[in-house]
Amino acid sequence: MLEIRDLHAAVNGKAILKGLDLTVNPGEVHAIMGPNGSGKSTLANVLAGRDNYEITGGQAILDGHDLAELEPEERAQAGLFLAFQYPVEIPGVSNMEFLKAALEAVRKAQGKEEWDSVTLLRKAREACKQVNLDAQFLKRGVNEGFSGGEKKRNEIMQMLLMEPRLALLDETDSGLDIDALQTVARGVNSLRSPERGIVLVTHYQRLLDYIVPDHVHVLSDGRIIKSGGKELALELEQKGYGWLTGEEESA
Amino acid sequence: MSSQAELDKVIRSEYEAGFTTLVESDTLPPGLSEDVIRFISAKKGEPEWLLEWRLEAYRKWREMPEPEWAHLHYPKVDYDAISYYSAPKSMEDRPKSLDEVDPELLDTYKKLGIPLHEQEMLAGVAVDAVFDSVSIGTTFKEKLGEAGVIFCSISEAVQEHPELVRKYLGSVVPKSDNFFAGLNSAVFTDGSFVYIPKGVRCPMELSTYFRINEANTGQFERTLIVADEGSYVSYLEGCTAPQRDENQLHAAVVELVALPGAEIKYSTVQNWYPGDENGKGGIYNFVTKRGVAHDNAKISWTQVETGSAITWKYPSVVLRGDNAVGEFYSVALTRHAQQADTGTKMIHLGKNTKSTIVSKGISAGKSSNAYRGLVRMGPRAENARNFTQCDSLLLGDRCGAHTFPYIESKHPSATVEHEATTSKVSDDQLFLCRQRGIDPEKAISMIVNGFCKEVFKELPMEFAVEAGKLLEVSLEGAVG
Repeated sequence: MLEIRDLHAAVNGKAILKGLDLTVNPGEVHAIMGPNGSGKSTLANVLAGRDNYEITGGQAILDGHDLAELEPEERAQAGLFLAFQYPVEIPGVSNMEFLKAALEAVRKAQGKEEWDSVTLLRKAREACKQVNLDAQFLKRGVNEGFSGGEKKRNEIMQMLLMEPRLALLDETDSGLDIDALQTVARGVNSLRSPERGIVLVTHYQRLLDYIVPDHVHVLSDGRIIKSGGKELALELEQKGYGWLTGEEESA
Repeated sequence: MSSQAELDKVIRSEYEAGFTTLVESDTLPPGLSEDVIRFISAKKGEPEWLLEWRLEAYRKWREMPEPEWAHLHYPKVDYDAISYYSAPKSMEDRPKSLDEVDPELLDTYKKLGIPLHEQEMLAGVAVDAVFDSVSIGTTFKEKLGEAGVIFCSISEAVQEHPELVRKYLGSVVPKSDNFFAGLNSAVFTDGSFVYIPKGVRCPMELSTYFRINEANTGQFERTLIVADEGSYVSYLEGCTAPQRDENQLHAAVVELVALPGAEIKYSTVQNWYPGDENGKGGIYNFVTKRGVAHDNAKISWTQVETGSAITWKYPSVVLRGDNAVGEFYSVALTRHAQQADTGTKMIHLGKNTKSTIVSKGISAGKSSNAYRGLVRMGPRAENARNFTQCDSLLLGDRCGAHTFPYIESKHPSATVEHEATTSKVSDDQLFLCRQRGIDPEKAISMIVNGFCKEVFKELPMEFAVEAGKLLEVSLEGAVG
């Protein structure tokens, strides 16, 4: 479903991805690991279409759509979801209002039936429960005054409702305590399905204790330098990234 | 697409209410003189005292300089090029009911989304619609009559309730108060009059829609609201105007009198033609709005301003009595070449008086948006308190926001707090919305609406919805 071929990308004109290949099939969970500055987050942002993240060569195809040709909202409507590393606050716009606008746009584009407000509220409450967020959070401004952990859980809550075709999680584990990490992992695991691909971008192996990936890739200097199964993550945990990149690294 | 490009797209939308009604008008030739004032007064069959009042205002106005202190730039208005009276011809004989009203006029309101017929049936909003200078329809009179509430045009009030008009007209905004109020006092043509008797809670929200229609016709409304002791009224005012090439002057005066224990809530949604991208053809809006709150009385101004090329407007409260409360909630949106210099004055005279100011300024395009507020604590204002919050939101990088707070305190126990912030709709916020499938236009409108939420929640329900939509339309047909 996701085919990335020789992808080159630049951020504000600086080359970050330098020929990346990756194939994600429906039902698979991929983990992208790598040292700081290797391009992990860039990959997630390039795929989602953030401003100033520019594809300079190669291709990323999602279900036949060339992502480079789509606006960010069109990518979302095509089923791409990015759980942000640092979710931004939108004061005064309630979570519920935000979800309604998002779900309306995406479900309409995907030809799915529209949820009336009763259905939406019920589903939203269920999703909150799944990630251990009080339903009161639906009334609050998007991420407004949320703690770091609440923001991350709020992202997963949205993801559960959006039912994406391809879910990208950018360092979702960073800043989470062990309980929150398990909650988030449960949420993500509940989304595992033969219809859906999941890509986890993470620096640490510990998230992978709870969300067991089918494939692990190590990214360094804008390229995937090693791919393997879930054991690769454990090996990295023991040996550090320096083992593969040939540099000293304090993972 | 970059976010600047998105913004530009949204900002370039065309004014939705830009159309002209083809109604013949009985219009006076341009120019202002004592004879013109006599004509207006005679045309309206006014008593001698009112004519004298107007003439006195005119003589004082001629001596007054036009104010230049505002953060506004516009060519000098030629007051001799303006026509000071215009009434739709079909109104010579006032219609007895809406059925007798020129269908074209009614259609105009329909285009603006103000179907009078439907409004009559809709939940409790009485409409006194002003088309140019003459009222064309007043509804719900009977129900209001039962409660003893007087709600009519000011011309009618002059005839039917001269004692009230004579007592309160100019009591809050004296005729020589300022240049524009002076002009208004001399030539005002119509507007609304409200009187709520002692202890009465007005059974419905009162509403007036204004519309400027004649080319080169200044419109000078005069509104007077008197809430007698212990009474309550909520008054809604909404405006929009058709597209024009010449600038149109508007200089209204609104006076509120809240007698002891009374409460007046005055809400405005203003959507006059702001001019094209270069400001050409927009309305010049110079308004004087002021209320006097006596002991234990409360006056609350809520305004949503999206229109006009030039806005000069400072709804104010004189907290004359002890324990009086004044509030000002404002959203001012400027785009294209619009300029707004708006804010409020809270004049604390009584003890334990309290005022709250929440101002939200949104600037887009190459517009300029200034907040100007005065908080004055008088020598008797023991334990008076003010809280001011002033937030500016910038869309794009070619607009400007300015804050001019003035604080004067003559009493040591008075407390004045002022908070101000300036922020931009960030690329990150926009990207979060777009990543969730929301198009940029809708995203910007959502973010801006969120920014204004504190003010919108002060508006009556139907009006809040309307205001949200208006913002969306302004940012959309305008910003997208």
